[in-house]
Amino acid sequence: MRLLLIALLALLGMASPGRAEEFSLTIKDHRFEPAELQVPAGHALTLNVTNQDASPEEFESNDLDIEKVIPGGQSAVIRVEPLDAGRYEFYGEYHEDSAKGVMVAK
Amino acid sequence: MLGALVIVFREVIEAGLVVGIVLAATRGIPGRGWWVSFGILLGVLGAGIVAIFAGAISNAFAGSGQELLNAVVLIVAVISLTWHNVWMAEHGREIAAEMRKVGIDVSEGRKPLTALTIVVFVAVMREGSEIVLFLYGIVVAGTDMSALLTGGILGLVAGAALTALSYYGLTAIPARYIFSVTGALIALLAAGMAAQAVHFLQAAGIVTTLGTKVWDSSWLLSDSSILGRLLHVLVGYTDRPTALQLVVYLATLATMFVLIRLARAEWPVRSAS
Repeated sequence: MRLLLIALLALLGMASPGRAEEFSLTIKDHRFEPAELQVPAGHALTLNVTNQDASPEEFESNDLDIEKVIPGGQSAVIRVEPLDAGRYEFYGEYHEDSAKGVMVAK
Repeated sequence: MLGALVIVFREVIEAGLVVGIVLAATRGIPGRGWWVSFGILLGVLGAGIVAIFAGAISNAFAGSGQELLNAVVLIVAVISLTWHNVWMAEHGREIAAEMRKVGIDVSEGRKPLTALTIVVFVAVMREGSEIVLFLYGIVVAGTDMSALLTGGILGLVAGAALTALSYYGLTAIPARYIFSVTGALIALLAAGMAAQAVHFLQAAGIVTTLGTKVWDSSWLLSDSSILGRLLHVLVGYTDRPTALQLVVYLATLATMFVLIRLARAEWPVRSAS
C-alpha cells in the first residue's frame, strides 16, 4: 500500500507552482480560534489546523470543498486553492452547534 | 442523542445505498449473502482500524495521508465495480434466465462477488470510520452514554431500514430488466466514485490540472443537504465540480460502456442462446 502510494506520488509529481501562504487555526472547546480568518484572495493557502480538544473533529466546508478529520490533540494540513474575494464558511462536523468559522478572502 | 442519531444515520445510508445496490445486482447468485456480509464485516473492522490510526494516516505523506487513502480505496472500488459490470455483461443474461432455478455454478459467481465484497468493504470502511471517530469524540467528552447509545442505535436502525427499502425497491423490478437497471446504477456509482477520487487527489495537491470549478449549483442543491448527499453517493452529484472531475466522470462511464460492449461481443454464442 505504502509503495503504491509512493509510486503514485512519483508518477504524478508533486508539482505545486508558487509558495502557499500559511495560516493557523486552533480548535478548542469545540470552537475555532480565530472564528474569522482574513486571507489574501488569489493566493494558494495552507491551513494548519490544530485540534486542542481531546475528541476528534472533522473540519468541513462546503464553500471550500474541504473535508478532513483531525484527531484529538493533533493537527492537520489543509490545502486551499486560490480563492476569489468573498466569505467562505467552515464548521466542525462533529460539533456543528459551536464549531463555526468563516474565511474572508480580500 | 439527536446529534448521534443524525450523524450515524447519514453515514449508514451512504454505505447502505451501496450495499442495497450490490445486493440487488447479485440477485440469483448463490452465496451472495455470505460475500456481502463478509464485506460488511471487513468494512467494520477496517473502519475501526482507520479510526484508531486516524492521526498517523492524517500525518502521512506531508499531511495528505487521509486524502490519499480515500483516493486509493475509491479507485479500488471503481475498478471492482467495472469488473463486476463487465462480468455481468457476459453472464447476466443466463443468471436472469435461471433466477428461479437452483444450482447455478457457484464458481461462476465467485469472480464478481469478490469485486463486490471489496466495494462493500470500502463503502462501510469509509463511512464507518467517521461514525467511530464521532462516537469516540462523544465518549471522550463524557456525554451521557445511554443517550449516545440510543441515538447511535436509532440512527443505525433507520439507516438499515432505508437500505432495506432501496433493496426491495430494486427487487420489485422484473427479472428481465433488473440487471440492466443495476448495471446502470453501478456504472453511475463507479463514475461518481472516480470523480470523488479526483477530488481527493486535488485536495492533496497531487493533481493540479483542470482544477477550475465548472459550475456552482449549491444554491439549487447543496452537497450538505440530505438529497445532495444521497445523489452524491448514487450518481456522484457535487455542487462545485472541477473540470477534471467532470472529465474523469464521463471517461469512467465511457470506459465502462466500451468494455461492456466488448464483453458482449466476445460471447456471440451465449447471447444468441
